[in-house]
Amino acid sequence: MSALFPLVVEAAKTTRRGKVLAGPVDLRFEAEGTTVVIGPNGAGKTSLLRMLHGTARLSGGRISWACGTEEARHHQAFVFQRPIMLRRSVEENLIYPLRIRGIDRAEAREKAHQWAQRVGLAGMMDRAAPSLSGGEQQKLALARALITDPKVVFLDEPCASLDGRAMREIEEVLMTARTGGTRLIMSTHDMGQARRLADDVIFLLHGKVHECADAANFFLTPRTQQGRAFLRGDIVE
Amino acid sequence: MVDLWSGLSQAFWLVVTLDAELLEIALRSLRVTLSALVVACLIALPLAGLLAVRRFRLRRAVIAMLNALMGLPPVVVGLVVYVFLSRSGPLGVLGLLFTPTAMIIAQVVIIVPLIASIAHQSLRELWQEYHDLLISMNVTQGQKIRTLLWDARRALLTAALAGFGRAIGEVGAIMIVGGNIDHATRVLTTAIALETGKGDFGLALALGFVLIGLAITVNIAIHWLSRTEREGNW
Ligand SMILES: Nc1ncnc2c1ncn2[C@@H]1O[C@H](COP(=O)(O)OP(=O)(O)OP(=O)(O)O)[C@@H](O)[C@H]1O
Ligand SMILES: [Mg+2]
Repeated sequence: MSALFPLVVEAAKTTRRGKVLAGPVDLRFEAEGTTVVIGPNGAGKTSLLRMLHGTARLSGGRISWACGTEEARHHQAFVFQRPIMLRRSVEENLIYPLRIRGIDRAEAREKAHQWAQRVGLAGMMDRAAPSLSGGEQQKLALARALITDPKVVFLDEPCASLDGRAMREIEEVLMTARTGGTRLIMSTHDMGQARRLADDVIFLLHGKVHECADAANFFLTPRTQQGRAFLRGDIVE
Repeated sequence: MVDLWSGLSQAFWLVVTLDAELLEIALRSLRVTLSALVVACLIALPLAGLLAVRRFRLRRAVIAMLNALMGLPPVVVGLVVYVFLSRSGPLGVLGLLFTPTAMIIAQVVIIVPLIASIAHQSLRELWQEYHDLLISMNVTQGQKIRTLLWDARRALLTAALAGFGRAIGEVGAIMIVGGNIDHATRVLTTAIALETGKGDFGLALALGFVLIGLAITVNIAIHWLSRTEREGNW
């Protein structure tokens, strides 16, 4: 299998009815690590992730994976800000991505059980996924994204409605995935989480990359005034 | 009034004693309509799925046509099918006119638009819900449609039942293409029309009760089957 990275983004932007949702951005992603996208509400975090993932139409610029786009799509997964549950049982949700890849049922179920264990849903395999609580749905969505061993996972605020303990569990899962070589690109509003997980930080403002830096540097000494204000928790215009 | 009472009691005995002729007609009705329903579902459900997930050029036109066809009077459908199947028609060589197959064809034409429209409605809603996820998972067109059809199966069942109801109670079209031939193409509705015309209310009423009973039984049976299948809330 050829490598997906580096991922090179050149002047890419996505628009909707003439309004720019995100971009134009120039970025480069290497094969390792976790990139955390931060920024105020409406900054375009979701739009940027969707654009990189290929589900938001590119209306300018280029996004080039080291391999072909089709192959790259095959090795990606996306965890949505609002979890989307298939109207099926938890187990059926988990095996779905495996089944569409042609993996047989027995093998898929075995993997589903491992993953349910890992995210703490083992006792709920037969529950209807839409009837799970918000936090449980988020865990399920995460497990469903990771179950195919993707090379890249986009996570759009994966811990938004989780309590402290669930968040720690999820972060552990994410760190394990990262250690296993999965490239993580995630957005978050939780600066604590950003500090814990990030290798690089992208600070978005008004759809543009306002600051893009090494996590250690960014959190210690943000280069821009808005970056400093955002970290302080001030309102950033 | 006396007519009606004697008719009612005659009807009662015909049903209770499982009158041979009545049974034959009822079973034919069921066979024709269930066949039509299966064929219609095989056409309408994938079509509805395709209309839900794909933005092709003729999509709007197809939807408009389905809606228009839904309001088409069955008699007209019967007439058109008749023309196609008649000796000198384009499909005349098949010799299907005045056979149960002709009746099945007519019923299929009548209920495909109905089933497809209702199914499309619910599939479209589900697709809005699933859209981002399935696009993100990069599933093929066929997988999308299959996923939608499976997860919307309850709503699709309702669509199928509506089709069944329409087909089993239909009389105009199948009268024309079937001809209401005794022991060949006589079904409940055409027999009712005939017996009423002849003034034999007993048989007509009996046939009517069986028709109603059949429709209710099939509905209940299918709903019950789907309820016991899973106690989900979707
Ligand atoms: N489908 C859409 N149509 C029109 N405008 C949109 C659409 N999606 C997003 N937007 C707008 O684009 C901007 C960026 O949205 P986006 O969802 O990317 O922000 P975000 O940074 O993820 O915000 P949040 O932190 O609230 O999740 C917002 O102003 C939003 O209203
Ligand atoms: Mg967002």
